[in-house]
Amino acid sequence: MSNIGSYEERVKNFDWSLAEQELGYKKGAVINIGWYCSDRICLQGKGDKLALVWEGSAGVEKRFTYHDVRRAGNTMAVFLRGLGIRAGDRVCLFLDRIPELYIGLLGILKTGAIAQPLFSAFGDESLFVRLDNAQTSAVITQKKHAPKVRKILDKLPHLKHIIVVDHDGKTPFKEREAAFSLEKTAPVETFDVYPTLAESPSLLHYTSGTTGQPKGVKHVHYSLVSQYLTAKWVLDIRDDDRYWCTADPGWVTGTSYGIIGPWSLGVTQYVLDAGFSAEAWYRFIEKYRITNWYSAPTAIRSLMRAGDEIVKKFNLSSLRHLASVGEPLNPEAVIWSERVFGKAFLDTYFQTETGSIMITNYTGMKIKPGSMGKPFPGITAVVLDPKIYEPYASPGKIGLIAIKPGWPAMMRTYWNNEETYINKFKNGWYMTGDRASIDNEGYFWFVGRDDDIINTGGHLVSPFEVESALLEHPAIGESAVVSKPDPINMEVVKAFVTLKSGFTPGPDLELEIMNFIRKKLSPLAMPQEIEYVDSLPKTRSGKIMRRILHAKEWGEEIGDTSTLEND
Amino acid sequence: MDEMQKIVLDYVKREYLEDEDQVMTPDTPLISGGIVDSFSMVSLKRFLENKYKISIPDDKATPEAFDSVNKICAVVREFVK
Repeated sequence: MSNIGSYEERVKNFDWSLAEQELGYKKGAVINIGWYCSDRICLQGKGDKLALVWEGSAGVEKRFTYHDVRRAGNTMAVFLRGLGIRAGDRVCLFLDRIPELYIGLLGILKTGAIAQPLFSAFGDESLFVRLDNAQTSAVITQKKHAPKVRKILDKLPHLKHIIVVDHDGKTPFKEREAAFSLEKTAPVETFDVYPTLAESPSLLHYTSGTTGQPKGVKHVHYSLVSQYLTAKWVLDIRDDDRYWCTADPGWVTGTSYGIIGPWSLGVTQYVLDAGFSAEAWYRFIEKYRITNWYSAPTAIRSLMRAGDEIVKKFNLSSLRHLASVGEPLNPEAVIWSERVFGKAFLDTYFQTETGSIMITNYTGMKIKPGSMGKPFPGITAVVLDPKIYEPYASPGKIGLIAIKPGWPAMMRTYWNNEETYINKFKNGWYMTGDRASIDNEGYFWFVGRDDDIINTGGHLVSPFEVESALLEHPAIGESAVVSKPDPINMEVVKAFVTLKSGFTPGPDLELEIMNFIRKKLSPLAMPQEIEYVDSLPKTRSGKIMRRILHAKEWGEEIGDTSTLEND
Repeated sequence: MDEMQKIVLDYVKREYLEDEDQVMTPDTPLISGGIVDSFSMVSLKRFLENKYKISIPDDKATPEAFDSVNKICAVVREFVK
């Protein structure tokens, strides 16, 4: 029997108070995610249970019990308070998937500060806009990433502390830098956890916007209620499970379901801090007897490409529950996983803004390969007619996915950008920006984005951000960025550029531009193809018409070109 | 170390290695070792194609085939005339 039991029964009788009761939370009381994910589990008598088993790329293994995680979180919290970090301050985690990232998040939350996890592959420009927007007080990072922070330090007057977790003592500290070592600092047994309430801010995750800079999505401690219950019912995590979420906590899946969900349930989670290879992943599952595996379509398609034979080299019989997130899971991947693992990957859907899973497939429910599934109990999700922002009266029509606000993990605003937040709502619905249809059995079917945002390997990339960065390259006169289809990543970034006089198009310049963006923004934002053009399609008012370029890449109808310049 | 190994190793160090203290050899794991991610592999492949005037099919540019300088050189040698 799965944790959710009968989906239909759960929908009929649903109330979020069920999760509140299980968590022992009463309205108006203190709720601190850092405490719930460590101290509470220890108080339940599970302090000696493993919370985290971490393996690094060189095969180094580290193990932490819930007591270890609780004490280490306290230690981090004491250190931060000692630096003057106070409730509401933003503290960035700019780390690879090392234990300090997972434990550090709890430590930050215990102080009442807001955790701001950022993907460690971000380049200095991506890092700057996010730290500048959040007016971040401290960055916790590693020696190897510190140079990117140093490079932008002069432009960040609010940034008071750069905390290096693996300082070797050889390199002298530079301005505003400090060392913190979990291994060398005496564990702190007790800490006076800051009494955050339901609406106290907890996390700030940045997500890409179509036309502006990245937006800081503000979440609150009450999000725990959604994250706890969805992890339990959708990921079907049970007390004796060995859970592996492959997402990086620089993104929302990595915090909601790579830290908060599993640890609030008191389960043992496993982390592999190494690059992707099919062999390494299967070996990891076999070695640790992973039962629940939450991954992404890009990874699943890469595993498919590696073939069926390699699967047979490993004993993967421990796997009990497979789920996927980040982009639509194609039917072939669902069918393939059923064939080679004996279990289908269950597609799940949510966003940085929603904080927890909204639409999903459930154990025990009929799976329609390629479908997103059905709304989580308590979630009212619909497809709106884009002309009137009202739900369609009949099934099968493509429209905008919208959700009735009010679930616990819903974002509370965009940081310093209330206007954009307000614009995310129409007729009382939260607009996801995604398009879908609903079939006659209530299953949702993803169609695509309703804007120019590029979803590459489950990560959103703003064309505006890439276009702006391209213009900083000395050879580029104008730029336009769109997605192009990709068999593994669903979409990848493609740039169209015009060159300034004196520059000659060619493969070496293309590589130079690719590396320029990779280092400035991130590998995800790097155009995987650059096309040199004499001019870009523009409206008569001079606005670049991305949709024409997009249509060409996807083999779609170009549509209305009446406003096209020189048409 | 032959000329090709040296060129590829130098390029990887210059373009992808973030940890200045990390010692790299032609056998150091690149993809599984987290030095080159799957997105950046595209630029590494492009470098090899430009440098050696070859075209590497996508099915030959897998994370496993690009997991060390030595493995990369083996792939390149298949296509260099």
